[in-house]
Amino acid sequence: MRKVYMDNVAATPLWPEVREAMLPFLGEVFGNPQSLHAWGDGARDALEQAREQVAALIGGTAEEIIFTSSGTEANNMAVKGLARAKADQGKHIVISAIEHFSIMNSARTLQKEGFEVSMVPVDGFGVVSPDEVLKHVRNDTVLVSIMHANGEVGTIEPVAEIAGRLGRDGPVLHTDAVASSGNIPVDVRELGVHALSLAGNQFNGPRGGAALWVKRGVRMLPLMDGGIQEGGRRPGTEDVPAIVGLGKAAEMAATTLTARMQKLSALRHSLIDGVLGKVEHSILTGHPLQRLPGYASFCIKFIEGESILMLLNSHGIAAASGSACTSRALKASHVLLAMGVDHEAAQGSMLFTLGIDTNQEDVDYVVEKLPQVVDRLRQMSPLYSKFLKEQRG
Amino acid sequence: MPVYSEKVMQHFMNPHNVGEIENADGVGEIGNPVCGDMMTFYIKVKDNRLEDVKYKTFGCGAAIAVSSIVSDMVKGKTLEEALTVTPAMVAKELEGLPKNKLHCSNLGAQALRKAIKNYALSHKVDMPGLTDTEEPEEDEHACET
Repeated sequence: MRKVYMDNVAATPLWPEVREAMLPFLGEVFGNPQSLHAWGDGARDALEQAREQVAALIGGTAEEIIFTSSGTEANNMAVKGLARAKADQGKHIVISAIEHFSIMNSARTLQKEGFEVSMVPVDGFGVVSPDEVLKHVRNDTVLVSIMHANGEVGTIEPVAEIAGRLGRDGPVLHTDAVASSGNIPVDVRELGVHALSLAGNQFNGPRGGAALWVKRGVRMLPLMDGGIQEGGRRPGTEDVPAIVGLGKAAEMAATTLTARMQKLSALRHSLIDGVLGKVEHSILTGHPLQRLPGYASFCIKFIEGESILMLLNSHGIAAASGSACTSRALKASHVLLAMGVDHEAAQGSMLFTLGIDTNQEDVDYVVEKLPQVVDRLRQMSPLYSKFLKEQRG
Repeated sequence: MPVYSEKVMQHFMNPHNVGEIENADGVGEIGNPVCGDMMTFYIKVKDNRLEDVKYKTFGCGAAIAVSSIVSDMVKGKTLEEALTVTPAMVAKELEGLPKNKLHCSNLGAQALRKAIKNYALSHKVDMPGLTDTEEPEEDEHACET
C-alpha cells in the first residue's frame, strides 16, 4: 500500500544532513559547553555555530538567540517573561483569538497574576486586522502577541503592518513564528517585532531544538531560576545535539527555501483544487492566498474528522483534524470557531500539511482516496440523510 | 499502541447493520453535532422482539463501533432484554474504550432506549420503568467528560 505522510504540522522528517550533523554530539563530542577544557570547547563551538545559523535564518544576531526546548517554551517565555518585566508600567496584554495554546494559556496565567488580556477577533479567513489590534491597545498595554502564521489553517498574518501601526513607542510586540519559520521568509527586522518564537521540528530539525529571538535591549524575566546558560535567561545545561540539529536545519531551510516554497505551493494548489472539485459540500479554511505553502485545510460537511482520519490511515494516508473528537479535551478547534465556522462544520475539519518528501503522486493518491472515504462516512451519517431529505423537500 | 482495541477497529472498519428502516416501529435520536457525535437508531418489532435494528451515526471511530456493537447485541432480543444493555456492557463487548470516549457507549445505549420508548408510546405498549418515566435531559456536558 502507498504511504502518504501529510501531517508535517505534527512532525517533520529530519533532513539526513541534520541527522549527520547531530550524530557526533550523541557520541564523542559529549562535553558541557560551559566547561573550560577541550571537551567543553567542542560543544561550545557547536552551540555558537548553531546560534549563528538560527540568527541567519531570521535576520537577527547570534547574541539575540535564546535556545529553548520547544516552541511552547519559547512562547511561554515570551508572553510571561516580557509582560512580567514590564508589570510596573502596565498590566494589559493583547493577543489574537487564534493563538496557539502555549500563548492562550500563558495569557491565562498572567490573568491570574492580575493582568488583563484582550483578545483580538479574526475574520472568516483567520486574518487578524491591524485596525482591530490597534482598537484593543491601551495606554497600559505592555505586550502584544500576534502569531506570524496559524498552524491549523495556514493563514499568514500581517505582522509587519501591525508593528508599523503600533509604532516605535508602542508596546512590546512578540510573534509566534513556529509554523512559519523555515517555511516562508521570516526576517525580524522586516517584521518589526521585538521577539519571535521558532521551532526546528517545524522545518525538518529535531524536537527539543527551538529558540526565542529577543531584540537587543528588550527586557525579559526568565521562566526558570538557575545558572548562567543563555545569559541567565534560560538556565539549564544545554541540549547540544538538539541545538546543533536546529542550527543545521535552519541552514538547510534557508538554502532550500525558495525552491521548496515553489514546489509546495504548486502541490498544495493541486490538492486544494482536487479536493474541492471532487468532494461536494467541502470548503477551504483559511486565507485562499496568504497561506503557508504546504497547508491545505478544509471543512467537510456531514461527517466527523476522527473517523475520516481513521479511514485515511487505513489507506496509508496521514493527516490531522481539529474536530472535537480528535482532541483529548473533546473541544472543537478554537481557531475554526473564532473564524466563524459553526460547530458542525468544525467537526469535519481536515488539515493536510505537505513537506519535503511530498510529490504529485501523493497528492493524486489523496485526491483519489479522500472522496471514497467521505462517501462511505456520509452513507452512514444521519446529518447527510437529513440534508438529502430536506433537499428533496 | 493504537488508541482503539482490535474489536473497535473491526466494527469501525466494517460496521454491521448500518442504514435506516423505512416505516420503522421506533426511532431514537441522540447527541448533537456540537458534541461531535449523533446517533439515530431504527427498530422493527415483532412479537415483542427486535426483529431488525439499524442506525445512522455521525461521529468518531468509537461512536461508529458502539452503534455497530449495540445493534449486534440487541438484534433478536426481547424489548426487556434489550433494555438491560448498559454502557458498561457495550464498552466491555468492545474490549474497552479510551476513557475520553466512554460517553460514546452511553450514547449507544441511550439511543436504543429512546427508540424502544418511541415504539412503546406510539404503539401504546405499557413498559413500566420506561413509558411511565421522564427521560433525563440529554447531558449537555457529555462531550466534555
